[in-house]
Amino acid sequence: MKRRVVITGLGALTPLGNSVNESWKSAIAGQSGVGPITKFDCNDFKTKIAGEIKNFDPLQFVNKQEVRRYDDFIVYALAASEMALADAKLTIAPEFSERAGVIIGSAIGGLATFEEEFKNLLNAGPRKVSPFAVPAILANLASGQVSIRFGAKGPINCAVTACAAGTSAIGDAYKTIVYGDADVMITGGTEAAVTSMAVGGFGSMRALSVRNDEPQKASRPFDKDRDGFVIGEGCGIIILEELSFALNRGAHIYAELAGYGCTSDAFHMAAPPPGHEGAARSMKLAIKNAGLNPEDIDYINAHGTSTPLNDLYETQAIKSLFGDHAKNLMVSSTKSMTGHMLGGTGGAEAIFTIKALQEGIIPPTINLDNPGDECDLDYVPNVARHRQINTAMSNTFGFGGVNAVLLFKKWG
Amino acid sequence: MTLEEKVIKIIVEQLDVTEEECVLEASFIDDLGADSLDIVELLMEMEEAFGIEIADEELEKIATVQDVVDFLKQKGVN
Repeated sequence: MKRRVVITGLGALTPLGNSVNESWKSAIAGQSGVGPITKFDCNDFKTKIAGEIKNFDPLQFVNKQEVRRYDDFIVYALAASEMALADAKLTIAPEFSERAGVIIGSAIGGLATFEEEFKNLLNAGPRKVSPFAVPAILANLASGQVSIRFGAKGPINCAVTACAAGTSAIGDAYKTIVYGDADVMITGGTEAAVTSMAVGGFGSMRALSVRNDEPQKASRPFDKDRDGFVIGEGCGIIILEELSFALNRGAHIYAELAGYGCTSDAFHMAAPPPGHEGAARSMKLAIKNAGLNPEDIDYINAHGTSTPLNDLYETQAIKSLFGDHAKNLMVSSTKSMTGHMLGGTGGAEAIFTIKALQEGIIPPTINLDNPGDECDLDYVPNVARHRQINTAMSNTFGFGGVNAVLLFKKWG
Repeated sequence: MTLEEKVIKIIVEQLDVTEEECVLEASFIDDLGADSLDIVELLMEMEEAFGIEIADEELEKIATVQDVVDFLKQKGVN
């Protein structure tokens, strides 16, 4: 019999708040976490807005030396992992440390550190590059530092599937437990890439919103006037446990992770194809792996980036897969409030999806004033909806043609 | 501030240790919990603070707080 996997702990830092509760409260209140960029001087940049983490005190989680040496994407992962383990009331004890693993995804790793150290290299020569530069830049060092901090000696990995990284990580962590190599996985996604290179690069691709005068209205998935995504930063970490392991220790169970689907577009390095059949296939696979049918799905936390192409093609993919049931589905994009946390998105949005199941509240798509052409699903516009649901999916898609989907089931 | 005091101040800041721990005889690795990367970073900070350069061969000889002070004096830093 297939081993079952449940979620027992949540931890997050998002532009909406520095904990799961704060983030969730803001999300169901329909608040935006987007504002002017403060992380670097964006004077010369066309885009001047982002969803940044605000008022975060890293010293609550790491010491001064670690703040200096670790890139923020690692500090966020350590903080969210600590919160998630505390929430799960779980300490990785020596008796099962070899059965506890870590897979945390990140799209770009320590980009801010890279930029700073590269300046040192250019300005002062190679001797001035910090010995801590490389381990701050490597994307897998979020997983590495978390495993060291909490003593998890089981399987370790890092998903680097761009904007799907958090979801790929959770999917792979789920498979690791199903396969039998671990009973506990600390997993999710983290990103701290509101940097000059990222905003410059995405800006050159014309992927970013330039609605600088109205930051809180800039991320508007599925709306007629959407003009690109808003870059964000953040981290969402969840604790996965094999069902009997969780039951034996009397853990509180949030939801079951019942299925995962991953496919490739094999189409273009950055753009999805019209109709986005790869996205439809990844949703179909997650549903099949969970032993369900499309009609069983109640809610989709959409990728919904607020780019002209994604939102249209994701809508088309949902309609192609669900047929008549697409009309009954609720589909919302919390990126309307958080911005797009890149590799952090999959972790944070898994958490929003799990909270929606657990509390029976669907977070809204804000800034949806006039739906765009062919965007005709129930996007839960502007106001959260109280509705008991049993199954929910989280979609994320990434550059390189990655489509990754998680399927969660209500517990109890 | 004496040279010793300046050196100790930098070490306390860089290695996140207390002034009490940071006595002249203290070994970076055995007493102050540093590893080889910590020492490299620390000496880069000394280079910056005192405007000197420490060659790799010299770096290998530095094991205690006193070694740093002696090295700096030898370089003409007071």
